[in-house]
This record gives sequence, structure tokens and C-alpha cells, in this order.
Amino acid sequence: MKHLLTTKQLTREEAELILDLTGQMADAVSGREVPKLPTLRGRTVVNLFYEDSTRTRTSFETAAKRLSADVVNFSAKTSSVSKGESLKDTALTLQAMGPEAVVIRHPASGAPQRLTQWVDGAVLNAGDGTHAHPTQALLDAYTMRERLGGIEGRTVAIVGDILHSRVARSNIWLLSKLGARVRLVGPPTLLPTDIDAWPVEISYDLDASLKDADAVMMLRVQRERMNDAFFPTTNEYARLYGLDERRLALMPGHGIVMHPGPMNRGMEIAARVADSPRATITEQVANGVWVRMAVLYLLLTNGDAQ
Amino acid sequence: MADRARRASSGNPDEPPGGKQILAADDISRILDRIAHQILEKTKGAPDTMLLGIPTRGVALAGRLADRIRRFADVDVPAGTLDITLYRDDLRRGALRPLGPTDLPPSGVDGQRVILVDDVLYSGRTVRAALNALYDLGRPDQVQLAILVDRGHRELPIRADYVGKNIPTSRSESVAVHLTEYDGDDAVLLTGGEER
Amino acid sequence: MNDVKLIKGADIVGRGRADVLVRGGRVAEVGTPSAVGAEVIDADGLVLLPGLVDLHTHLREPGREDAETVLTGTRAAAKGGYTAVCAMANSYPVADTAGVVEQVATLGRAAGYADVQPIGAVSVGLAGERLAEIGAMADSAAHVRMFSDDGHCVHDPRLMRRALEYVKTFDGLIAQHAEEPRLTEGAQMNEGAVSAELGLPGWPAVAEESVIARDVLLAEYVGGHVHFCHISTARSVEIIREAKARGVRVTAEVCPHHLLLTDEKAHTYDPVYKVNPPLRSGADVAALRAALAEGVVDAVATDHAPHAPQDKDCEWSAARPGMLGLETALSITVAALGGPGGADWDLVAERTSRTPARIAGLSAHGRDPEPGTEANFTLVDPAETWTVVPTELASLSQNTPYAGMELPVTVQATFLRGRATVLDGKVAEEIK
Repeated sequence: MKHLLTTKQLTREEAELILDLTGQMADAVSGREVPKLPTLRGRTVVNLFYEDSTRTRTSFETAAKRLSADVVNFSAKTSSVSKGESLKDTALTLQAMGPEAVVIRHPASGAPQRLTQWVDGAVLNAGDGTHAHPTQALLDAYTMRERLGGIEGRTVAIVGDILHSRVARSNIWLLSKLGARVRLVGPPTLLPTDIDAWPVEISYDLDASLKDADAVMMLRVQRERMNDAFFPTTNEYARLYGLDERRLALMPGHGIVMHPGPMNRGMEIAARVADSPRATITEQVANGVWVRMAVLYLLLTNGDAQ
Repeated sequence: MADRARRASSGNPDEPPGGKQILAADDISRILDRIAHQILEKTKGAPDTMLLGIPTRGVALAGRLADRIRRFADVDVPAGTLDITLYRDDLRRGALRPLGPTDLPPSGVDGQRVILVDDVLYSGRTVRAALNALYDLGRPDQVQLAILVDRGHRELPIRADYVGKNIPTSRSESVAVHLTEYDGDDAVLLTGGEER
Repeated sequence: MNDVKLIKGADIVGRGRADVLVRGGRVAEVGTPSAVGAEVIDADGLVLLPGLVDLHTHLREPGREDAETVLTGTRAAAKGGYTAVCAMANSYPVADTAGVVEQVATLGRAAGYADVQPIGAVSVGLAGERLAEIGAMADSAAHVRMFSDDGHCVHDPRLMRRALEYVKTFDGLIAQHAEEPRLTEGAQMNEGAVSAELGLPGWPAVAEESVIARDVLLAEYVGGHVHFCHISTARSVEIIREAKARGVRVTAEVCPHHLLLTDEKAHTYDPVYKVNPPLRSGADVAALRAALAEGVVDAVATDHAPHAPQDKDCEWSAARPGMLGLETALSITVAALGGPGGADWDLVAERTSRTPARIAGLSAHGRDPEPGTEANFTLVDPAETWTVVPTELASLSQNTPYAGMELPVTVQATFLRGRATVLDGKVAEEIK
């Protein structure tokens, strides 16, 4: 494994290895006097962010720093990119710095895959367009494993704007690979066409979908969708596909509520649900650092792959 | 380094089974008895002392030493585990290394006398990694090192406080430590070394 | 310089071997002519086809001479066996006035590698709002009779109706880029299983089919001639088949890439596979091949779309759509129509030369060699294969989706009014 671009490309063994390493990273650092390991000392990790995402960038940066890597933040807003430099030229500039890893967040689907052709180091996809967000899916899977005791045989409902969600896509491949039953729930306008071959069930009815769900993952509704005829009004969306307390009560008692953030409270998730002990939202953020440490460790210390 | 030595010996199916035996089970037992007594003597009864085994085989050895100290002097010396994988200096080379657990006794390491325990002392790099790992966990008063076999060829200024047996080796040889907890028997074997 | 050429031993459009005597740019005799002093061209083992005619070429001049010029584009055309190309109107400035179309025609004559027939824009600036000066372009020295907003759909039904009516005055036609723009906003590739996985906004087949259905009805209603550019779906074929059966004046072209490649190529995220309309499914490819053989699709047209490196060396969504086609079209057509072993050369000539020449109104092209016809033809080696190497193409650009692929049949020579534009498989340095 040289890069992490999608969860679809991972084997089940690789995915489980990452989740195991995630737990070990959490154990290795939690509650220590110095929450920092020398593992990647002297290695350079570049954060190349073409979208504003303080939470993801900070999570990767924290993970890299906990492993003592040198972190270079390259934000599209404040760099030559805003002067019209192409991704390829930016990549060639970065290449001259010789980073061992480039973490890229980009609004264009497939940009990380293109980047692998222009830099020598490992490429970590931190979210590309509406394509993939593998570390988010891995942290979601890790959170489920911790809260539910496993993933095999569990039922997970992913609710909302599947069409535009890289988080949903990455979770579909990963969770189904790990043996979960994945159910997509949303209005037909927000489901991709031609997904008969996907390892999922499809439902338009949220109430019915919650009754046997061990986990429900609420997706953020992007503001720009609201004016593009995907659904009539935000009120109607919230009524049909928002998770409120009544709906939470339909779930089994052990069922958990997940959200990749940032949330629209009152839209896809009611404030009281988001703040309930059933919600794992802050845990997901904490687990994100462990997952990213595990992935950096895996990609940067695996001599056989380089 | 102990890990490398083990891998080399177990990875070669052409070796005669076991190689040349250097220590038998009762030798190992006697050596551990002696080290336990030495620890009690040198630490004046082992107050505020803990044993931290370095995975894999150092963990079992630390446990055995703790048992003996309890038996000989009725002193409880807690034993724990110190994983050093993330502190290694050779992570760029070789295949991915899985991480092991680090289990510290409840007292933590601050103000304690920590005795690191490993099976083979070779280049000293494992001990270097262990010292770094240890100091990220806290500030011990004193650190000592107990080792079953010292095979020489140090690359760092490191020596053991308690040595089971010095075994002169060539670099082409491998020292394989078997312990019942992992291998079904207790023995120390020397393999390879054709070019000597 | 020798004005008299004897092409010896070629198989004439698959009908059998004959010698062709060319004098003064025209065919003088076919059979076993004797010609003392003629330059003899040994065509033993080669197939002679009427020079290919492309209904759909982007020469990029004026405006994007960094991607292609009339000179480099027509050199690429000659290398692909073409003797005439129809230059699309989406240059900068747009070919929406008599001045621009005459300039393009003049550049073509100056280059001399292929006849360049300009296509005029339907609407001013391709904006889809007001009719361009279609009559002035028809009356100009460029004699434009085909009009297209290609790159954009003439999506306003009223404008389309008026255009179809207006060109009846000179028996012209409207070449429609069928794409309902509201269904393809932001679209990046074929909408289907692959786009769903890759997270690239989909270009649904129905966006093409709905416009074709509408325009068939409009053409039927006003009695105009509509030609559909680059049709890409099985359902489009069906709509056109029904329209033709009813006697509607409709013709259609298909691009080589839609006869060979599918949307699976997008898995690479390499924009060399980005094209508009997009690469479709395997079922669409099969339907288009069958329709081409059958004649529901009238012609192969390249949609040759050169792009400068920076417009393809980037993220998929930032890349411009389009791929090179002129130098590979014949090989792919032969492959799509059944391969070189059993190639039906008469059918190949029909779809790549005679019919497109008829649609474009180029009466001197698309003619099998007979005494008196212009000597516009190409010699093809049916037994040789070649491997596509982007840097070796005659085009100024390198955005071919076939890099590294081994393709059947090679063009050995091309003649435009008796002059060799290509000889021994190489583009002539100058046209004598």
C-alpha cells in the first residue's frame, strides 16, 4: 500500500490492520506525560488543502505532529494557487521539497489520484470532490467498532445527500467490506443513478429504516443543494429525513448516532439528538487523530511499499 | 538487536532444527535465579522498583524475575511491558511492524527504579529506543538493564547491569532464545556463522 | 515535378486491382493504362479509398494556435487519409461572419494539405440567442452550407426552428450538438454506475436523446435538414432510425471514440478520456457500431479536438473536453466495422468518404476514381498495424486516448487533386 486514495481499494485485511493500529495508537499516546512519539522524526508531511477544512487539516496536522513529523501547511488560499498555479505545477514545487507524504483535500474528484503521478511520496486523500474521504470512513468504522463491539453483521443506515457525499461513498465500500449491512436512506433526487451493483439496500423511508439500525449516520445537507430542486424546502427535508427525538426512539436502545460534521442543527439532526449520549460526534473527532496517525505510520514506515 | 536475531533464525528453514544449543532449560532457570538475587542485592531489597519487559520475550522474562523476587524475598516488584516499536530507528526498512501494548504498573514510572528486561543485548539500539520510550512516559529515578544473553557487537555506549551469560558471536550468527511461553521450550541456540 | 502519376496495382475500394492514371489533378484512366514518363507509385497490396471527408474538425485557428493551426490540423488530416475537413465554428473569434469563414478557407488553401470547408455558427457568438448572418456566410467565397453551434446545443426550440427554416433557401443544414444544457450542468462524464462510484457529475443519455427527439419533430414539421453531431447513445440511434423510416430529412454522425471506448476509462481520472458527449457504456458502443454498419448512422466524423497540454494535464473537472481523432479514425472505423481481415472497403468508403462528402456538399470529394473525377484518394495498407505514439502524431497536440494502443491498417499515401500530401506513410514537407 503506497497511497490511501479510496476505501474501495483496501482489502479487508488492510482495513482491519488500520483499525487495529488505530487502537494501538490511541493506547500508545493516551494519558501519557509526553503525548508524542518520535516515530516519524525528520520526515516531512505536506498538508495541501484546496478547501477550507479546519477540522480535517487540524486532525491530520495533530496526527503528524504526535508522530514527530515536520508538517508544512500549504493552503490554496494563501499560496501561489490563488494566483492561478495549476495542481501539476504546485505538485512539482512540492516535489522539490521532497515530502514523504502529501495530504490533499481538493474540490475535484480524482485530484489525489492525479497527484500520485506528479509526486514521489505517499498521497493521502483527505477528501476529493464528491468521490472519497477514506480517513473519515476509517474513523467512523473505528468509532462503530468501539461503541458496538464490532462491525460484522451490524446494520448501518446512511441518511441524506448520498449523491454528493464522499463520506457516504467511502463508508459504503469500507463498512460493507467489513461485513456490515449498509442501507442508504434519502430522497431519490439525492441518490446516485445506477447503483444496483453497490453492496447496499436503498430506502426512501427513514422511520422504517431505523427500527433495526445499530448505527445511523446523518449526512450534512449542503446549503447550495437547497436552491437546486433536489428537495422542495428545508422544512420538508427536515420533516422527512431529519433525525429528531421521536425518530431516535425508534432505534434499538444500543443504536448510535453519527455525523461527520459540521452539523446543521435543526436540519438533518435535531440539537437534542446531537447532544444526546447516543451521539458519537465528539468521539469521532478524537478518533480521527488516532486513525490518521495509524495511516501515516502505515504509509511512511512500510519499507516494502516504497 | 534481539528482534532481528530472532527473525533471522526462525526465517531460515535450511538450518538444522534448533542450531547449536548454548543454554538448556535448567541453565536459564539458574541464570534467572541469580539475576533475581543480584537485583535484590544491588537494589537493597528492591523498594520502589519495577520490571519492564521489552516485547516479545523480555515480557516473559520480566514476569519470571518478578515471581522469583517474590519467592526469594517476599517482595512485590511489579512487572509491566514497554513497547518500543514507535521509537525504533529502522522504521523505513523492512515490512510493517505491528504495535504491541505498553502496560505500566499503576504506580507509573515517576520516581521509580525501572529495570528494563530483554532477552538478547546486541547493538544496543533496542535499549536506546526503550530509554526514549521510557522518558516519554515519565521521569524514573534510575534505570537499569537486565539481559539474558549479551552477544557483543555494541553500536552504542550501553551496557547491562545484570547479564545472564556473555556469548561471543560473529555478526553472521543468530542467537535464538526460546521460552516456553512462546516457543514450547526453554533454550538458547546459536545458528549460522559459516564464515567464521 | 511531374504532373502525371501512375498508381499501380492498388485494390480499388475492395473491388479488385487496377492501375490509376492521374493527369492534371484528375483521374485520366482506370484499368491498365500505359503512360510513358509518368511517375509510378507502386501500390501493390494497398487498398485505394476515395479521400476521407471529416464532417467535424476543430482546427483551433483563429484563436487557439497553441493547440492546433489550420496547417498542422490539415497535415494531421492528410496523415489520416483525409482530403477534406469541415472546420467547426467555435474558433476565437467565432466563425459567425463571412469574414471569419473566408479567413479559415483561405488558410486552408494556403496550407494545401486538405480542402477546408468552414462550418458557420448558427447563432451570434454561439450564444444561442440571435441567428448569425447565415445567408452572408452562404454567399461568401467560403460557400458555407452547414451551420452548427457545436460545443453548445441550439437548445432554444424557436431558434432551432428558425435556423432549420432559414437554411432551406440554399439547401443548407443544421448540425446539432444535442445536449439539453439544464440536464448537463456541471456534467463531467456519462451518468451511470461509473460516475456514481467516481463522484463525477453525470451527463445523462437522456440529455442527448431528448434534444434529438425534439429536433427530429421540428425538422419534420418545417421540412428542414437536421444533422446530428457525435451521437453517443443506443436510444439516439433508435430515435433516428424511426425518423428516417418516416422520411424525415435527418442524418447523423458518430465519432471513432464512441465506437471503441467506454466510460470505464474514467477510472483513471486522466482527462485524456474526457470528451463531450462523454464516453458511454459498452451497450451504447455496440449499438453505435451496428447502426454505422446498417446506415442509421450515416458517417464517421472525428470531432478532432486538439488541446494544449495545460488543458489536459490537470484535474478531470478542470480539463477541457475533447480528443484527437484525425490520424486514428480510419483504423478505428475499420476495427469497428469488423476488422481488417474481413474489412468491407466499400462500406468503409461509404461511411468515411462518400456519405460525409454528400452531406457537406463537397461534390469533388467522396468519388471513386473514374475518368474525369478529381484525384482525391488515399492508399491504405490493410495488413500493417501501428502503435499510437502521441509525440509522433502530426497534430500540434497530443491528447489522443489511444496512446500505446495497437491499431489496424496504416495510411501509406494521400492525394489531393493528384498531389501527394502523404507518401510512404509520411506527411509531405511541401505540396508540389
